[in-house]
Amino acid sequence: MKTIQISTTVNGDALETLCAPDETLLDVLRNRLGLTGVKEGCGTGDCGACSVTLDGRLVCSCLVLGVEADGAHIGTVEGLADHDHLHPLQRHFIDGAALQCGICTPGILVAAKALLDRNPDPSESEIRYWLAGNLCRCTGYDKIIKAVQSAAAEMRSA
Amino acid sequence: MAFDQNSKRIFKVVGSRPPRPDGVEKVTGRALYGADMTAPGMLSGAILRSPHAHARIVSIDTSAAEALQGVKAVVTSADFGVPDDEFLRDVQDNCMARGKVLYHGHALGAVAATSAAVAKQALALIVVDYEILPHVTDVDAAMRPDAPVVQEGRSLENVGPGLSQNVTSYCEFGHGDLDAGFDQADLIISRSFKTAATHQGYIEPHACLASLSADGRGDLWCCTQGQFFVRTLCAGILGIEASQLRVTASEIGGGFGGKTTVFIEPVALTLARKSGRPVKIVMSREEVFKATGPTVSSSMDIKIGMTREGRITAAQAQLRYQGGAFPCGTVEMGAQAAFAAYDLAAVQTQGWNVLTNRPKEAAYRAPGAPMAIYAVESVVDELCQQLALDPLAVRLMNAAQKGTLSSYGPTFDDIGLRATLEAAQAHPHYSAPLRPNQGRGLSCGFWFNFGGNTCVSLNINTDGTVGITEGNPDIGGSRASISLMAAEELGIPYDKVRTIVADTSSLGYNDVTDGSRVTFSVGLATIEAARSAIKVMCGRAARIWGIEEDAVIWEDGCAKPAGPNAGAFPPMSLAEIAAVSANTGGPIAGHFEVNADGAGVSFGVHLADVEVDPETGATKVLRYTVFQDAGKAVHPDYVEGQMQGGAVQGIGWALNEEYIYGADGRLQNAGFLDYRTPVASDLPNIDTVILEIPNPGHPYGVRGVGETPIVPPLAALSNAVSRAIGVRLNELPMSPPKVLGAIMQRG
Amino acid sequence: MVRVKIWGSLRPLADGQSEIELEARTFKEVLDQLGARYPALRPQIKRGVSMALNGRIYREAWFTKIPPESEVVLMPYMAGG
Repeated sequence: MKTIQISTTVNGDALETLCAPDETLLDVLRNRLGLTGVKEGCGTGDCGACSVTLDGRLVCSCLVLGVEADGAHIGTVEGLADHDHLHPLQRHFIDGAALQCGICTPGILVAAKALLDRNPDPSESEIRYWLAGNLCRCTGYDKIIKAVQSAAAEMRSA
Repeated sequence: MAFDQNSKRIFKVVGSRPPRPDGVEKVTGRALYGADMTAPGMLSGAILRSPHAHARIVSIDTSAAEALQGVKAVVTSADFGVPDDEFLRDVQDNCMARGKVLYHGHALGAVAATSAAVAKQALALIVVDYEILPHVTDVDAAMRPDAPVVQEGRSLENVGPGLSQNVTSYCEFGHGDLDAGFDQADLIISRSFKTAATHQGYIEPHACLASLSADGRGDLWCCTQGQFFVRTLCAGILGIEASQLRVTASEIGGGFGGKTTVFIEPVALTLARKSGRPVKIVMSREEVFKATGPTVSSSMDIKIGMTREGRITAAQAQLRYQGGAFPCGTVEMGAQAAFAAYDLAAVQTQGWNVLTNRPKEAAYRAPGAPMAIYAVESVVDELCQQLALDPLAVRLMNAAQKGTLSSYGPTFDDIGLRATLEAAQAHPHYSAPLRPNQGRGLSCGFWFNFGGNTCVSLNINTDGTVGITEGNPDIGGSRASISLMAAEELGIPYDKVRTIVADTSSLGYNDVTDGSRVTFSVGLATIEAARSAIKVMCGRAARIWGIEEDAVIWEDGCAKPAGPNAGAFPPMSLAEIAAVSANTGGPIAGHFEVNADGAGVSFGVHLADVEVDPETGATKVLRYTVFQDAGKAVHPDYVEGQMQGGAVQGIGWALNEEYIYGADGRLQNAGFLDYRTPVASDLPNIDTVILEIPNPGHPYGVRGVGETPIVPPLAALSNAVSRAIGVRLNELPMSPPKVLGAIMQRG
Repeated sequence: MVRVKIWGSLRPLADGQSEIELEARTFKEVLDQLGARYPALRPQIKRGVSMALNGRIYREAWFTKIPPESEVVLMPYMAGG
């Protein structure tokens, strides 16, 4: 299969790359652009470890074709921090021990940020339903929910 | 190593909750997991898997695959030797079938190619001629003498007559006179139970990157709970020397016991040897479900007698576990754990391990214990219901304690069960009101905990910081806990210590991260390594001061003269001693190597409130509280994390998770859509109460905490559901159709 | 003199006894003497056994000393998750 050239903006950087017509955005990000912070847990859109934003919309990058990123703005976990200044969600995840193995963390952070961008003051139940597409097997979600709540509170008061 | 009895120690940093050292890497996406590593010239590996549950491999023709442009190597069992050691042979045969495929998804060939797409194409070109054989996937069916035999000649000498060859081993534990015990009972209940196989469900699929040159030198990067054990297995299978194979553990995206063995690593190494290039293999989720270890499924009979007042007079369990296509020793642990929470005059447990045409079981958090304790705790609860007794009071009345002859043989030392039960009894959760269709369940849980082979190297840097090298992959924050213990012992701040997990060339052998052993064993070795470094530092100070070494003590991070007679010198801090180490004798370090024992058993008690929807049979967990003895919680956040995470895995096991096999022996739900693990919206907060009854076998009193929390949820939820709907299910998972069926039958 | 308790399914291999008296000062001596006196126990000893000494489980340590009047229980070798 012939590869196709795509132009995309990832975390604010304009990038060009080649991809096969059947290649997923997840594989393009990981294998062609070196953004291995985007994780593959299932490849079928069930676990959310590969969550990224596509023009502001939260998607599973394993369910999106690489060619669909042409002309689009992609946001990944690598773009959350402002240089060495962590995003409040990242800080609260560390301080609140909201990660154990950390494999689901990139996807959950991207998903949680997408939630807070829309709803700066979500209820516990809104957080739980928003994150229902992101599987975590280590934490039982308790500390994740609390970290999102405390990050949201800090961001509201900022 | 004994608990430091002499001082009522006031901890300075142990017990605090500092940020974990790998936190920033993990929240920024920089941490490198199994699939995140690449090498120049790397090939993609892919594995051919059996579509059948049981078949003889008549022939494999790989010529078309080999001829495909971009294919650099194709391997089958013919490319592997046949290890003499039976255990190693089983591991290898599970990675690459020899002669027969034993389960749906069993590997029987592999290719390495210039891209994943070419590798996948090549797999489709491998032609296999199968002679399909009858199969068996159910444990009870597999035990019958006329069952299809999965592997011949694997029964141990202790299996009695009249059973299929699939029954590989038998065990029996207990003490006392059962008949006399049951005679004293006012009520005896006998019930049969079944539990489904569940998968550990780590979010990171197995992944590795292997290189192996013609001279037998190899490097292996992989996600594993134990890089040293991976080295032992791979070196044995490949026939290379341990010293020539360096295994580096990546960050690990969950394991829970499932990453304590190898599946793809020997295959990747064999492909790398044959192709002369590095080979990376990453499993798909479907492959993880089909071909890596789930836990056992079980069929169990329990009989317990109780007096009207609630005293258990006798207890008996028969446990039948299927562990897939290779022998396992899981039922022994279930049989020993089943009645561990009880002080019993008469108890007997019997267990049978059984082969079936399913993937080989792998350890899963407290392997063997959850199902056995589920069955026992269900019958205890039913006895309480029928005798109208408070289930917590009954557990307290029968609770094992120091001096109790345990159901598995030894007499208990200090254990925290009574304190844990009392904490649950006093907690507001236990007396909170419930509404219609709601029920409250409780269960005890238990795990042995292990120590094991452990090496720690601790280096005092000249700037006064400390580096620790240890050999156990960090699956839940252990680097933070180890740094805390080093900081505590040395008397320096936590952020002056950095702990790293070393590759197999950098330390002596370390057992796998399993058995809830790391905080206990690596912590113990770290404390000892720190003590040996302290001894060196005291010696250096003594020389500087010109006094005897034993006239120097270590206190608050400083060497000090032991008393007025030793001389009047101002204390020298660790940093001050380190700064002049080149002048006083060279680098300062401590190390410790041990096969640690004395891990100390762990008990927990869980309380669960559920609401069952009578229209759909769906169970919602409303409130959940975990009570557990941690000995000493080194980093309480991560102790709570173990308690919460284990509880939720148990909740998934109780309510939804199961391996579903069709009549054709094929796995029908090899994906997260159909194998449903709990999601955030299924759950309430998981409340935790940590108790600290010091473990006599650790200087700080630490007990392992990782495994016990998966044990109680199964019965806690079953007991809660039975109280909510007024009818008891004796089978897991309690998926909505089963609960609805039970409600309909009740009428 | 040490009294070693063995688990139920081993008893038929040791003349039906549940406790065996031995002259042993260490775990290794216990294993050696059990194997010598009851050859039928050797396959299980080879597969792996642990020893609980006064309630504490030792998985491998041959030279663990057994003080007089200790409770010694043989257990299968176990692994965790």
